[in-house]
Amino acid sequence: MSIKYFALAVGLAAASAAWAQTGPLEVSNAWARATPGDAANGAAYLTILSPTADRLVSVSSPVSHRTELHTMSMAGNVMQMRPLGTLDIPAGQPVRLTPGGMHIMLLGLDRPLQEGQHFPLTLNFEKAGAKSVTIAVEKPDAMGPALTPQR
Amino acid sequence: MARNLSGGTSGKSAPGGSPRFVLVAAVAAALVILGAGLFLALALRDNPRGVGGTALASAIGGPFRLIDQNGQTVTDADLKGKWSLVYFGYTHCPDACPTALNDISIALDDLGPKRDAVRAVFITVDPERDTAEALKSYVTSFDAPILALTGSPEAIAQAAKGYRVYYAKHPEAGGDYSMDHSSVIYVMDPEGRFTASFTHESTPEQIAERLKKLLT
Repeated sequence: MSIKYFALAVGLAAASAAWAQTGPLEVSNAWARATPGDAANGAAYLTILSPTADRLVSVSSPVSHRTELHTMSMAGNVMQMRPLGTLDIPAGQPVRLTPGGMHIMLLGLDRPLQEGQHFPLTLNFEKAGAKSVTIAVEKPDAMGPALTPQR
Repeated sequence: MARNLSGGTSGKSAPGGSPRFVLVAAVAAALVILGAGLFLALALRDNPRGVGGTALASAIGGPFRLIDQNGQTVTDADLKGKWSLVYFGYTHCPDACPTALNDISIALDDLGPKRDAVRAVFITVDPERDTAEALKSYVTSFDAPILALTGSPEAIAQAAKGYRVYYAKHPEAGGDYSMDHSSVIYVMDPEGRFTASFTHESTPEQIAERLKKLLT
């Protein structure tokens, strides 16, 4: 392969990568677990992918009294749950909220989340603004959304 | 670890021992400790009964007097006669606790006919909010029957102390709070002796596999 074609190939690859990086911020894999009994709190999970660096500053949903971004960590075997003020979204890297890590905490549910239900959730980003998503409620023992589009 | 020990002690010229001797002694001590740990790990791995019958068995567990989701008194003596999987948590916990109870539920399902030989026990670390009624509605949502226990703050503290469970209230905005707590599934044998434990890293398959070995 000549240098010229090689340069062209590199250029095309770079251009297509750049093209893939543009476009709006995307929120995918949005789901929540059905809550047991009259459990007061629930958790929602999702994946955020932004072409440019951004920051998630707040979340809200009509299903709960308060909606917060939380992180769950294990210090040894001690579970600690803490509210996160904001969440930095690096450019081009998916940020995944999954069981056992970060989650959107739904505090004070009006009614239990039941499998098969859907509810709205709004994420407010510093640059991308408000993004509304629909959360699908999965089985109480789900570890992910029923349909997991691979990216 | 050996380096830390020797580094900490060999720097000083201890009376009655050259730094070199102290270094050798420290390394020897470290080897003994490592050897003991290895021996214990191998002994436990080869022992299908886990630590049951060893000195460790009495280190976890202990007397308690609590009430279940139906308001009935349950003591440690009531857990005897069956294997028990004991987990401490709270119902306002949206992530770790349902995950642990689901793992238990899935593992028990996997046991097939031996399923009835194992009882799942959920003990709250949040007695203030987790009344018997709250526990009842919570645990009935899981596939496996779960014995859910609450009690006075003192009674919960005693049970947690026996199981070496740490828990603390963490205040949050709006007068709300979450609980920091040890997230461990304890396996107690039909004599009420600690036998094995699982953490958040254990999968339901691993739990089921271990239980099958214990139940043979």
